[in-house]
Amino acid sequence: MSANLLILLAPLTGALVAGLLGRRIGSGLAIAATITGMLISAWLSIRVFSVVAVGDGPVIREEIFSWIVAGNFNVHFGILIDRITAIMLIVVSGISTLIHIYSIGYMADDPDEPRFFSYLSLFTFAMLALVTSDNFLQLFFGWEGVGLASYLLIGFWYKKESACNAAIKAFLVNRVGDFGFALGIFAIFMVFGTLDYDRVFQMAGAGEFKPTVDFLFFGDVDTITLICLLLFVGAMGKSAQFLLHTWLPDAMEGPTPVSALIHAATMVTAGVFMVCRASPLFELSETALGVVTVVGAVTAVFAASVGLVQNDIKKVIAYSTCSQLGYMFFSAGVSAYAASMFHLMTHAFFKALLFLSAGAVIHAMHHEQDMRRMGGLAKKIPITYGVMMLGTLALTGFPFLAGFYSKDAILESAYAAHTGLGTFAWIMGMLAAVMTTFYSFRLVFMTFHGKPADHHAYSHAHEAPWSMRGPLLVLAVGAVFAGMIGVPLVGEGWFKGAIVLGQGHDALAHAHHVPFWVKWLPFGAFVVGVYLAWLMYVRLPTLPGIVAETFRGTHRFLVNAWYFDRLYDWMFVTMAKKIGEGLWHTGDETIIDGFGVNGAAKMCTRIAGGLRWVQSGYIYHYAFAMIVGVLVLVTVYT
Amino acid sequence: MAVEQLDIHLVLMMPEILVAIMAMALLLLSAWTHKGGAGVIHWLTMMTIVAVVLVIQVGSGTATTFGGQFITDDFSRYVKVVMCLGMVLPVLMSADYIRGHGMDGGEYHVVTMFAMLGGMIMASSGGFLILYLGLELMSLSLYVLAAWRRDDRCSSEAGLKYFVLGSVASGLLLYGISMVYGVTGGTGFAEVASFLGKPEGHGSQLLALGVVMILAGMGFKIAAVPFHMWAPDVYQGAPTPVTAFMSVVPKVAAIAALFRILFDVFPTYHVQWVPILQLFAVLSMAVGAFGGLVQTNIKRLLAYSSIGHVGYMLIGLVANSQAGAQGVLVYITIYLFMTVGVFGLIIAFDRQGLGENISDYQGLARKQPVMAFVMAMFMFSMAGIPPLAGFIGKFSIFMAAVKGGFIPLAVVGVLFSAVGAFYYIRVVKVMYFDQPEGEFKVTLSGGGFIVVSLSLFMIFFWGILPGDLLAWTGASVQAFH
Repeated sequence: MSANLLILLAPLTGALVAGLLGRRIGSGLAIAATITGMLISAWLSIRVFSVVAVGDGPVIREEIFSWIVAGNFNVHFGILIDRITAIMLIVVSGISTLIHIYSIGYMADDPDEPRFFSYLSLFTFAMLALVTSDNFLQLFFGWEGVGLASYLLIGFWYKKESACNAAIKAFLVNRVGDFGFALGIFAIFMVFGTLDYDRVFQMAGAGEFKPTVDFLFFGDVDTITLICLLLFVGAMGKSAQFLLHTWLPDAMEGPTPVSALIHAATMVTAGVFMVCRASPLFELSETALGVVTVVGAVTAVFAASVGLVQNDIKKVIAYSTCSQLGYMFFSAGVSAYAASMFHLMTHAFFKALLFLSAGAVIHAMHHEQDMRRMGGLAKKIPITYGVMMLGTLALTGFPFLAGFYSKDAILESAYAAHTGLGTFAWIMGMLAAVMTTFYSFRLVFMTFHGKPADHHAYSHAHEAPWSMRGPLLVLAVGAVFAGMIGVPLVGEGWFKGAIVLGQGHDALAHAHHVPFWVKWLPFGAFVVGVYLAWLMYVRLPTLPGIVAETFRGTHRFLVNAWYFDRLYDWMFVTMAKKIGEGLWHTGDETIIDGFGVNGAAKMCTRIAGGLRWVQSGYIYHYAFAMIVGVLVLVTVYT
Repeated sequence: MAVEQLDIHLVLMMPEILVAIMAMALLLLSAWTHKGGAGVIHWLTMMTIVAVVLVIQVGSGTATTFGGQFITDDFSRYVKVVMCLGMVLPVLMSADYIRGHGMDGGEYHVVTMFAMLGGMIMASSGGFLILYLGLELMSLSLYVLAAWRRDDRCSSEAGLKYFVLGSVASGLLLYGISMVYGVTGGTGFAEVASFLGKPEGHGSQLLALGVVMILAGMGFKIAAVPFHMWAPDVYQGAPTPVTAFMSVVPKVAAIAALFRILFDVFPTYHVQWVPILQLFAVLSMAVGAFGGLVQTNIKRLLAYSSIGHVGYMLIGLVANSQAGAQGVLVYITIYLFMTVGVFGLIIAFDRQGLGENISDYQGLARKQPVMAFVMAMFMFSMAGIPPLAGFIGKFSIFMAAVKGGFIPLAVVGVLFSAVGAFYYIRVVKVMYFDQPEGEFKVTLSGGGFIVVSLSLFMIFFWGILPGDLLAWTGASVQAFH
């Protein structure tokens, strides 16, 4: 068995052991099994990363087994490790390992620990299968696998109704996206006759396909645009982009390590990964790239604006994630895929750090998540405060920390694209940057500065155990240095053949040559954001109330997240329920049951009753019936 | 006319002769031995039937005697074996019922044998007169059998009803025969057929009337709707072994006679008789399905069930093909075992003094799971649920109908079998899901055990491996078409 296959199988084995034998071997051994699996996986990932990404090793391609063979439909299960995959491997297995360790402390009192670790490892397996895939079907397998794990983990505390609802919501919204994604894959097979990345990209590059296809009632549409948009619908669902974002904030009902791993660092970035992976297709369609840019840019601003007014510590970070994913998408939209991947990587570190720190805060405050009831915690939990501050600075783009490099690369690329949409994305990105800084520091100030709001909880607050602190420190190191180390990623041609750029799509190459003020404007945004946050939450704590009162409509609009939940509730949920009830009462109860099932049964009984009445027992009745029968026969048949 | 020119080959009639002689011998024996000889007569009857079955196997091919009035061929041999089984199995399983209900004394066995003899003659008949002769011999014996328990009001009523209505049916049949004779100038099947084969044999209104009358008369014997009214009352009133006998042998005989009439005599008149039988089939299936829904007495329920089964068999005749004929034989053979098995159980229940009401079986599964299971299997087989043989029977019939282009008829048949499944499964429900009210100690007699386990084996065996049955029946209907 190849060592590369073991990267996937080790977490899977851990998941199976913990999941199936967890109750028998006890939670200690179950946790040990999953963490052993993760350590093996992480170690092998680092090894393969050093060969493929650090060294100049060749791209690894392995066929594991033939999966589906049906006529000309031929799919195998394979492993493809090029530089994009190598980065994803490090991010996924590395952060997953840290979060496994963190969870030992965080989930210590939970009676269902083995199940939790089993799900976590299952998720990791699916995510690794997703990133190492060499064809679209295996990608879809991993895609659905992480969706399943996400569903299971959001609803991990299944006795909590809100958690169950959130899990169902996440699953359903993702179904919408996955439907598009599946259609996209069908379209790829229909057009190219294969699902292998290599073949598809090669044929697409060489122009060996029908230029237009007939799609539903849209008539003839451009083949590549159609495929890309359908794939992107999948990405929108999985990466919680504008319109399909509603599940992500609710997903925070899951345990915090889950939020850090799945809903910040890895799964939600699958959409970005997929767009980068399919760059040879996206590069062929300006329309698709335009849509990606606009959706990404709008998401960045939308989510940041909603983040401004949230009071739940996890929701703030959730909207922040949503917003940062928007950055990654519009970066991909202006063909700066490398910047996308770079930000994906750095974001994984600092966002996981932020979530885990938030988890430490919640742990310290005995499962209190409302920031209004916190305050002044800096003194009680200084280490958590320190790492959270580092994470915040990295996110907001403080010079020389992780976010500074990657976010600047994205914004500069958008500016350097010199297209209308690029400039639009740049403006939106700057706007989002100001808001990002504001809400991030608002979070820090409300949580750690000022006076404690809840003295009882405050006095019992305590630093997290070492199993939780260790991963925090490791991630803090990542949040500081990931940007510096990762700079070569955005250098020209680092990704080799993994990312293909179309003619004239050289925004990233030109990003180094943007004017001086463009380079430092994000820092200006940082300063403005910090100042405003400091002013409102440290200097004049009454100010937020006044502002909220003054702009009441806007405030409410933001608090309700632009009313999307209510709109969807009315548009889809209520409507679906009404249709369902209509079908139930009228269709099923009245028509099918009433006339069909029960009606037929009643009719049978009535006929039977009639027959019994005819069967009177009198011999002359019987003889009469016979004679009538003969007469009828004679009349009709002679 | 010289003696050697007479067309008489008694060898061909050996089975019938054997039955007749033995029946009369046993009658004499019973007159001399009184009650003490009942056991002897019982076993002598068994041995006679075994001998008859062996004699039937002698000879092969088609042969006629008495100027074509008597036919033996593969078909008649097959049908006669079925009739022998239909006679011997009820007798075997009801030895102690007969004793217990004061029916011993030997005459019961003798009359049953006479009834079977009539049926055998019908199956071999080569002309209308001999057909009528066999029919009357069988019918008169059946009237007597139905009223066997003179002291029981229900039994007497059953016999009387059967007799009166049967006479009406016989009248209709004779009337029809007379019209056929009037048109064609003959009563032999071959004569009539050859007349109808000529150009002037077509389009006779009178002949059509005759066909209708004959079908009505035969319809009464197989209890096809609208000539079925007697069946529920007679089935319920007659002693249970008689009901078991009555629901198989007369039906086999009448169906066999229909084969002769329809395929040998009136093949050119199928435009005439196919719609009539189609109507019989649909009505019978309908009455069989709906009528059973409200029944509380198990024998009455089985009467409606048999009406329904006859409806399905008629579909095979309607198909008017070799496959259809084969389907009828398959169906009737399987029907024999299902019916005999169920009646065997009913007799066993009767031994313990349980009534004939379905509600008497409440909760049987709790107390006697094996007994309930066997009953459930028979019920499922009657409902036509695979892998039991009842399914194979329905399947061959419906296949023949579909192949013959009678798709609506097949669809209707399947729908009615769904309705009918309700009352079979209700019996299962009563046994398995209702609370037992009293104690059960149901045991089978020795003969009953043999019959029930043989029947159970056959419905499983033919349900899974119907190959042999299909081969035998297929060979038996080679003569037609």
